[in-house]
Amino acid sequence: MSYKAKFRIWRGEGGEGRLEDFTVEVNEGEVVLDIIHRLQATQAPDLAVRWNCKAGKCGSCSMEINGKPKLGCMTRMSTFGEDEVITVTPMRTFPVIKDLVTDVSFNYQKAREIPSFTPPSDVRPGEYRMKQIDVERSQEFRKCIECFMCNNVCHVIRDHDENKQAFAGPRFLMQIAELDMHPYDVADRQDSAQDEHGLGYCNITKCCTEVCPEHIKITDNALIPMKERVVDRRYDPLVWLGNKIFKRSAAK
Amino acid sequence: MDIERHEFDVVVIGAGGAGLRAAIEARQQGKKTAIVCKSLFGKAHTVMAEGGAAAAMGNVNPADNWQVHFRDTMRGGKFLNNWRMAELHAKEAPDRVWELEAWGALFDRTKDGKISQRNFGGHEYPRLAHVGDRTGLEMIRTLQQRVVALQQEDYAVHGDYEAYIKVFAECTVTRLLKDDAGAIAGTFGYRRETGRLMLIEAPAVVLATGGIGKSYVVTSNSWEYTGDGHALALLAGARLINMEFIQFHPTGMVWPPSVRGILVTESVRGDGGVLRNSEGKRFMFDYIPEVFKDKYATTEEEADRWYTDQAGNRRPPELLPRDEVARAINSEVKAGRGSPQGGVFLDVSSRLPAEEIRRRLPSMHHQFKELADVDITAEPMQVGPTCHYVMGGVEVDADTAAASVPGLFAAGEVSGGMHGSNRLGGNSLSDLLVFGRRAGAGAAAYIDGLERRPAVPDDAVAEAQAEVLAPLERPGENPYEVHHELQRTMNELVGIIRRAGEMAEALEAVEKLRERAKGVGAAGSRIYNPGWHLCLDLRNMLLVSECVARAALARQESRGGHTRDDYPDMTADWRRRLLVCTAAPDGTSVNVQEQVQPSMRADLITLFERGELSKYLTDEEMAEYDLAVKES
Repeated sequence: MSYKAKFRIWRGEGGEGRLEDFTVEVNEGEVVLDIIHRLQATQAPDLAVRWNCKAGKCGSCSMEINGKPKLGCMTRMSTFGEDEVITVTPMRTFPVIKDLVTDVSFNYQKAREIPSFTPPSDVRPGEYRMKQIDVERSQEFRKCIECFMCNNVCHVIRDHDENKQAFAGPRFLMQIAELDMHPYDVADRQDSAQDEHGLGYCNITKCCTEVCPEHIKITDNALIPMKERVVDRRYDPLVWLGNKIFKRSAAK
Repeated sequence: MDIERHEFDVVVIGAGGAGLRAAIEARQQGKKTAIVCKSLFGKAHTVMAEGGAAAAMGNVNPADNWQVHFRDTMRGGKFLNNWRMAELHAKEAPDRVWELEAWGALFDRTKDGKISQRNFGGHEYPRLAHVGDRTGLEMIRTLQQRVVALQQEDYAVHGDYEAYIKVFAECTVTRLLKDDAGAIAGTFGYRRETGRLMLIEAPAVVLATGGIGKSYVVTSNSWEYTGDGHALALLAGARLINMEFIQFHPTGMVWPPSVRGILVTESVRGDGGVLRNSEGKRFMFDYIPEVFKDKYATTEEEADRWYTDQAGNRRPPELLPRDEVARAINSEVKAGRGSPQGGVFLDVSSRLPAEEIRRRLPSMHHQFKELADVDITAEPMQVGPTCHYVMGGVEVDADTAAASVPGLFAAGEVSGGMHGSNRLGGNSLSDLLVFGRRAGAGAAAYIDGLERRPAVPDDAVAEAQAEVLAPLERPGENPYEVHHELQRTMNELVGIIRRAGEMAEALEAVEKLRERAKGVGAAGSRIYNPGWHLCLDLRNMLLVSECVARAALARQESRGGHTRDDYPDMTADWRRRLLVCTAAPDGTSVNVQEQVQPSMRADLITLFERGELSKYLTDEEMAEYDLAVKES
């Protein structure tokens, strides 16, 4: 059941590169990452690709296959025609290091800028009590395998480097929502989500949700509720009044 | 040649559960800590752990406590475990799990809001703290975010996120460096992204590099598992124990071929899944070994009742320790009662409602749907044994995780002793936390006791540099071919069932491969060059494979993750003997020696009943036991 497939793969380093053609054997049940590994073993030993678990659990092998962000390990060859040319390129939003490997340090910088989980000071380890229903909202977001394809596809930064400074991207805006919904987190995250991490840039086109390999409803369940919380805080007349009074009393 | 240089107090090699927990501890004790890992931060193999972390919190069954957990662990390891490690592990696991919760982890809950615990093979009570079937990911993310939290604290005080804890992602360590007195002085390696060489001077190194599965064809392990820590320790003069014991997880995927070996979590069985052969028979009832006869159900009716009434019934035999289940599956397939693709059937679809399966086993549902086009809520999975975990590793002091080389520590899969001849599911995630913390603390205490920092000798750096660059400087054989042949050799000749002749053949093959490995070369530049990286990893895989084969050939009995066709019985005499591997600094001539297993402390051995112990222990040991009982 094996056949020869035609691949076009981005090769290059140091800002230069081109698409290179390969003809390579494909066997039943294989995924795109298998084919790239076969190329390494037989034709291009220095072909760079990031991977790790090969089971869709680590989020390392993010790439663009025929222009769509995908995990190489979860894209089955049977989804393509045998005579189809398959084009594999690195994620476009991040600088290329070599071939299919990109510099994703943007994501790690953003992760550092999100204030970490802040529990109340009077609860000791072992004393936490939470209902299943109350942890499930944040649990959905903690399924994230950090493949960074949501950040890669997000049009706010995909072709707009100038927005990277002000925008954490769906992955980390979702993390803010996750912490905001954590039953024991006491940090105030709503103002900073808008003012420091760029929640307002998101205009809910749901591209991030579409590419998420974990099928997390990033937009509907994290970003929109987070926007609503910001709106409630800022534009609810009662909250507004409360803030005014609180600020005034704090000023004394 | 330009070598990047850094100075730290502690270098932790590996950023999985053990490495991150060790680094957190070292940093919390005020030590300047480097984490060096081959992948990106947060991608470690720990993310693939599915079932949970075993800790006797007693949230689901209040009868659970550390003594019961200790007994289960020793039983699972067929009493070959380092009992002090098993004791510390059982006692400290609950605190380590609760600590994760205070760092933001969100485990599944019981009705009264505590951490829920699930059943698993070999554990007497529901004991595994879990998050669906992605517990390892939750743990890594929690520890990763704890590292970031500490960096944020440091930023607030010092204006530098990396003042006290820095992650060197996508970097490989190729040598541990020692000073003239033989103490650890640093690490040498390279950045994968740029190929730049890197020297970190540090008086303490914690190995947390995981396992060795990439020496086998069918494995649940990722590419990182090339036995780096095992090999680095050997080359630095440390000792490995129990290397003959390799856990073949009973349930790996068998189809399609490209996913062969990928893990199917034991939770499937813990939550009600059953194993059947091609005749539709629940065959595990035929494989209950003598030592476990009184603990497992003998009829399907009793086994099924157990899921709802655990006090009044014995456990289903699908939940025997992993070594037993793996051997049983192997036998069924060999007897011609396997599934079409060469495994057996694991069925949860006829046992739980579809909705319940999706809720409890979301990753498995997703994995089979995406990779095999199988809907596990509607049809059975096909599964077979896969190389999963090495029980053997660096011999360490239980309390401090210190190896025999001064300044060297090891925690997690790369360390040996804790799990004896076979690890229970769920005991790995808790092992990482308990001994990761102890290794970080051990390294910090060691540094506090030093009078001066050890110096890295220049010639050691020059040798390490030459070794790393050699494959780039020669046109040589393709390293992928040598690797594939090693994997085939180990899989076929030192696999789940072993024979003296085959292991001797494997040793000859490894010897020849070692010669070939000296001539492998890498084309291309130093920038992110996987061919070059593999050339360097081969040294470690070959060295570790030789240890496995030599120790396996020496142990003339069957126990846990070591099954000899030619010596099918377990013997009390061999239980007292540990096999210790050492190697010459140039990586040639692995040597295996016997060492006596120390007797269990009186208060621990008396936790067991005489009848059970007599199945494992020698007559002299039983006399010691009788004396201990009398005196207690």
